[in-house]
Amino acid sequence: MGVTAQLIANGIIAGSIYALVALGYTMVYGVLKFINFAHGEVYMLGAYIAWVVSIGLGLNIIVGTIVAILGCAVIGFLMEKIAYKPLRYSSRLIPLITAIALSLFFQSLALLLFGAEVRTLRQSSVESGMQILGASVTPTQIMILGVSIVLMVGLHVFLKYTKMGKAMRAVADNMQVASVIGINIDRTISAVFIIGSMLAAVGGVLVGYEQNLNPTMGVSMSIKGFTAAVVGGIGNIYGAVIGGFAIGLIENIGIWFIPSGYKDAIAFFILVLMLVLRPQGFFGGKTEEATRG
Amino acid sequence: MGYIEHLLIIICIYIILAVSLNLIMGFTGLLNLGHAAFFGIGAYTSALLTLAGVPFGIAFIASFVVAGMFGFLIGLPCLRLRGDYLAIATLGFGEIIRAVLKNWISLTRGPLGIPGIPKASFFITFDTSVKFLVFAAVIAVVTIGIVSRLVHSPFGRVLKSIREDEIAAQALGKNVMKYKMIALVIGAAFAGIAGSMYAHYITFIDPSSFTLVETILIVSMVVLGGLGSLLGSVIGVIILVLLPEPLRFVQLPSAIVAAIRQMLYAIILIVLMIVRPQGMVGEKRYKARVEE
Amino acid sequence: MLEIKGLHKDFGGIKAVNECHFTVEKGKIVALIGPNGAGKTTLFNLISGFMVPDKGTIKLMGEDITSLLPYQRAVKGIARTFQLIRLFPKMTVMENMLLAMKDSHEELHHALWRTRKIKEEEIKNVEKAMDVLKLVHLEGKVDELAENLSYGQQKLLEIARALASDPKIVMLDEPAAGVNPTMIKKIGELLVKLKKEKGMTILFIEHDMEFVMNIADKVVVLDYGKEIAIGTPQQVKKNKQVIDAYLGVTT
Repeated sequence: MGVTAQLIANGIIAGSIYALVALGYTMVYGVLKFINFAHGEVYMLGAYIAWVVSIGLGLNIIVGTIVAILGCAVIGFLMEKIAYKPLRYSSRLIPLITAIALSLFFQSLALLLFGAEVRTLRQSSVESGMQILGASVTPTQIMILGVSIVLMVGLHVFLKYTKMGKAMRAVADNMQVASVIGINIDRTISAVFIIGSMLAAVGGVLVGYEQNLNPTMGVSMSIKGFTAAVVGGIGNIYGAVIGGFAIGLIENIGIWFIPSGYKDAIAFFILVLMLVLRPQGFFGGKTEEATRG
Repeated sequence: MGYIEHLLIIICIYIILAVSLNLIMGFTGLLNLGHAAFFGIGAYTSALLTLAGVPFGIAFIASFVVAGMFGFLIGLPCLRLRGDYLAIATLGFGEIIRAVLKNWISLTRGPLGIPGIPKASFFITFDTSVKFLVFAAVIAVVTIGIVSRLVHSPFGRVLKSIREDEIAAQALGKNVMKYKMIALVIGAAFAGIAGSMYAHYITFIDPSSFTLVETILIVSMVVLGGLGSLLGSVIGVIILVLLPEPLRFVQLPSAIVAAIRQMLYAIILIVLMIVRPQGMVGEKRYKARVEE
Repeated sequence: MLEIKGLHKDFGGIKAVNECHFTVEKGKIVALIGPNGAGKTTLFNLISGFMVPDKGTIKLMGEDITSLLPYQRAVKGIARTFQLIRLFPKMTVMENMLLAMKDSHEELHHALWRTRKIKEEEIKNVEKAMDVLKLVHLEGKVDELAENLSYGQQKLLEIARALASDPKIVMLDEPAAGVNPTMIKKIGELLVKLKKEKGMTILFIEHDMEFVMNIADKVVVLDYGKEIAIGTPQQVKKNKQVIDAYLGVTT
């Protein structure tokens, strides 16, 4: 009983991060019908920026987080403006290649700047866990869950009630109509990238704090975040959140049954399964025809 | 002199990889991000067979067949998917295969890799660089020859039509799924023999040589040279293999060199996509020989 | 030649094609008209296999093709063009044509083992393609990339390509759309010529009423996915239901 509760707790904690990252994927896909492969690296860069500020420069971790959020917002914005915008009307193959290349670029950049050693954002020693409903959960983990939920709710409010949020939903629904009614498409797309990147940055900081950072942490997060988005129905914000938790749970319960070396492969496996069996996800996303019509 | 031979051998191996990927990506329009997995499957197949006593010639052919089979198995679920989804699905399969190579320790020794792979031998043992280079060059030329034959034919024409407009191709009576599968299987099979060659040249393999980064590298070579141009693939390979070589002579730790290399390829790709996505060499245009 | 019975396609509540019935007789030109959104292109997609119907049957020369895939129907003799031209842009005019022709030896083993016979047949196919291209006056553009042609030329090429496959029935989706009046006249003349000289069966969608009236033997009027009138152009023009459906929209 205690083991199950633990696995579920771990799954939920991990899932909340996956949800944060999945949101970035799903939002970008929603407006541009394009998979931003490099999104996972933004998550990684967020963690590293926070590290530079709080450990490298010795400032407060909160300051580090804020700088990371802003820094990633800028990175997301520039990424779109410089590498993706010129390709907006090219064939689908080209921006995809650019995205993969960007992902590799950021990884090597991090490798060169910071080296491959594992680092951590937390100065203090290992925390002790509290017992909640049969599972051992540390205060940091609770914070992760709390922050993630607050952000997701915030995003929901943003999308539903603010002008820019509504613009994003309009562009995701039908870009041509949106531009006809006067929505500034470029600005909306930039906003999507910025917000997605900021969420990813927070995810990176949280994980860097709770666990550790390394230059390839974005790679596995890419797949998990993207898989979560697909499970929920790519383009569907709420689906992405559910997908995130789903992946987190499946992963953590899964390694009870199979060797833990396969943990990252679980997400790949779910991804492949989804794409082949149910590409539109479980909550109906924006795939017009993921499979041939 | 061993250095130059080494470079040429590596170039030959990558030519086979690039040409086979070009068949799939450049001519048929399928974004296959799992190509390095076929490379790895070929390498492991050949290594394990020869270590079990199978003669190299047979192991070599086996790596062709087994990699091709995996191409078929992966193609079955994936080829139905549209562009970006196909890319991610193949990427996913590639990573799953690598996870298996890394974790199925009883078969592959996992991350420790397989050392002591016997040298390639086919009537004579290719134990010197020069001998292996001749072997590699012959295989590379044969590969180019076969793929060229395929793409410059009515069969190749159908592949291109699938790339251009799958729906129109169907409307003209082409069994699109079948053609895509053939292209994928053949491309995978050739990547497999490149793997075999790699295994018997380096004599040591481990899963870290067959990562997504490796696939991206091959993609760069194809794209730089020009999708749909075999000559371009050769040029792309030569440029991208030689470009980072000067770094070897600068006194930097190898991890840094590797990172710079990767960054170089990434930047080249990004710039290429914006400035000249068709690559260096354009496609050869078909000229109808019309008797008037 | 072509028989549609009880064809039905539902899109989550919206009946795009609603228990539709009609026939296209061999060697006749039949026009499919109707207000926007009436389901004409959906019908085309159902007939050519790019959409799967919920109910109903499609018979070609008496053979039930309802369960065949698009490429199989093309092999059976259904050729079509698309509302938004679908050529192979980075391939030449000749290549576009050759892809349509029968006996092209496009199998894998043909590529690896090209006998003299195959080479001879290729040359014959090129000649045949030229003949069709001459019908649309595109023989001079043989080595030009399809994407470099003008819009009108592309439309003609798409039609020529549909003809090149020696089909049993040619389905044209708005052949006169976006094309200048001289070209429209030429296309009309071409279709009539094909019917008269080659006995070709043609089914086309159009909004240009003059074009329809001039060349169609039979007109099928679609509204909300259902055929509301079938008859000669003259009969249909006077049909009250048809007039109501268009509500004063004249082209």
